[in-house]
Amino acid sequence: MRLAIAAGLVLAALSAASTSRAAEAEKPKSVSWAHDGVFGTFDRKQLQRGLKVFMGSCATCHSLRQVYYRNLVEIGLTPSEAKAVAATKEIDEIGDDGQPKKRKAELKDRFVSPFPNALAAAAANSNKAPPDLSLIVKARAGGADHCYSILTGYSEPPKDWKDEEGRPRKLEGAQQYNKYFPGEIIVMPPPLTSEGQIDYGKDAPKATVDQMARDVCAFLSWAADPTMEERKRTGIKVVLFLLLFTAVFFVIYRRVWKNVH
Amino acid sequence: MSAMPTTPQPRWMRWVEQRLPIFSFVQHFNEYPTPKNLNYFWNFGSLAGITLVIMIVSGIVLAMHYTPHVDYAFDSVERIRRDVNHGWLLRSMHANGGAMFFIAVYIHVFRGLYYGSYKAPREIVWWMGIIILLLMMATAFMGYVLPWGQMSFWAAKVITNLFSAIPLVGEDITTWLWGGFTVDQPTLNRFYSLHYLLPFIIVGVVVVHIWSLHTVKSGNPLGIDVKSPKDTIPFHPYYTVKDMFGLGVFLLIWSIFVFFAPDFMGHPDNYIPADSQVTPPHIVPEWYFLPFYAILRATPDILFINAKLAGVIAMFGSILLLFFLPWLDSSKVRSANYRPAYRVAFWILVVDCIVLGFCGANPPEGAWLHISRAATAWYFFHFLILVPIIARVETPKPLPFSISEPVVKPAVARA
Repeated sequence: MRLAIAAGLVLAALSAASTSRAAEAEKPKSVSWAHDGVFGTFDRKQLQRGLKVFMGSCATCHSLRQVYYRNLVEIGLTPSEAKAVAATKEIDEIGDDGQPKKRKAELKDRFVSPFPNALAAAAANSNKAPPDLSLIVKARAGGADHCYSILTGYSEPPKDWKDEEGRPRKLEGAQQYNKYFPGEIIVMPPPLTSEGQIDYGKDAPKATVDQMARDVCAFLSWAADPTMEERKRTGIKVVLFLLLFTAVFFVIYRRVWKNVH
Repeated sequence: MSAMPTTPQPRWMRWVEQRLPIFSFVQHFNEYPTPKNLNYFWNFGSLAGITLVIMIVSGIVLAMHYTPHVDYAFDSVERIRRDVNHGWLLRSMHANGGAMFFIAVYIHVFRGLYYGSYKAPREIVWWMGIIILLLMMATAFMGYVLPWGQMSFWAAKVITNLFSAIPLVGEDITTWLWGGFTVDQPTLNRFYSLHYLLPFIIVGVVVVHIWSLHTVKSGNPLGIDVKSPKDTIPFHPYYTVKDMFGLGVFLLIWSIFVFFAPDFMGHPDNYIPADSQVTPPHIVPEWYFLPFYAILRATPDILFINAKLAGVIAMFGSILLLFFLPWLDSSKVRSANYRPAYRVAFWILVVDCIVLGFCGANPPEGAWLHISRAATAWYFFHFLILVPIIARVETPKPLPFSISEPVVKPAVARA
């Protein structure tokens, strides 16, 4: 038994060492999020600022297909505010006369995608469609930390930048250097570049690049897992119940077995 | 089963009993004489059974909301997570439940290996168990394909492609499995159908597993036969309460995953919709398949058999050889507690399987490839060579006389 446990630990360490080498991207910066931990909840104000960053910057190229405008009420917008966000976009539909027409998006609609289809998205973006962001936080190892690290991780490539075989590397065309991105080359231009790029309005922290990156990654964490708060709340109750259940049956078990020798 | 309840029954109960002996059947389960010395490793059979029920119930509700179509499957799972009432709970319970099921069953299997549960007269119980394990693997694999994420798709591709290694008919079999010329709509649709069907077949085999068990009766940690009624206690209430306590602990662990780390055992890539044009850098199965994946990838060309076919044979062989274990291990002593050499070999096997798990998680290159090969070789060496040899040369420790009188017999004939 001890042999098995020891072997497991040694292998876990070996395995961690070799996978971090294989991924060849820098480990993401560690950020403290309001939604971390067993009792963590989303910071509504932060999510609302994140929504502004998303609408003002990301939404130009990225879709958010799994989120509906009605969901914005969950991050603290009033229904009329959510309606106003929806109304900034138009969608195609078939009218009563059977002819195609456009109408303003409503609460019942999914977030409107910036491109009509994946081919159009690829054609407008160096032949690679920008990924949908609804689940990006769940779809990347490192989650929200990874998201934040990418957004704040742009820099000049190192002076003696070389590939695995020691040949010098350089950026071409639209390529950008970002040490947190697998392969270190990303085609997305830095989306957040200057302080005040997004208007945060009054009673809000300064819209620094760092703050905007945090806010939009918090928003995307919510978009990827909107039932997180309900999940944790339910979880605490379930665990408390099961602790009681287990304790009661342990006592009964010991009593019932008292006379078995 | 023959003993009728001793208390007088109401007339309607007697009426039913004469036509359908349901009450004596329940009575049988209550009175099932069980060795009184079972340790906590004997909890995992009933845990696996309860997990199967939870999986079927949550799965049936999920099926009400899931759409088995390549264009809608991914979105329908997201809809379950977001819009279906408590859909996030069902989905998380079911996805993590697969892993919990394997945890329970693997412990159950290793308990069987340690305490010699495959030996006479329990060979058929053991065989039914292996069939259940194989069916579970097929079910889990097809279930993993249903969300139609990147790992779903590529796992389906890799695993179904294995069949193309079969000489002559391999390609045709693969096309037949796919229902086309690649993993696509027909594949997803049939996997859904089979993923719904197989759990009920598992229930059927579980019934036979328990039927056979209740005929030959449960083994015990001493590995000796029950000698007198003093050695046993009725299943109810003794083991029902003990199982309930075990269930509480098991559900607590399951809940921690479900509510606080729902994606801990999953792969991030499965939150990316399936894309046949983009191959993930590392295709890995769920953790409970990693040892088998390591065996598959470790096997080199063997004589005239190419590496792919050899890998497939080794992977399936690693489970199929368990069918022969009752003959491979000819020792009459069941419990490893009285078999010093087998006991050491057992723990080395446990380590070997853990090593194989880590090998499966890492690309088969460099040191990992060598470790995979060594660990795979050891796995087969253990069952095919070491166990038969130990059975012949080992001197077991003296066995106790009976469960209730743990007096050691002066000597035990060599098995």
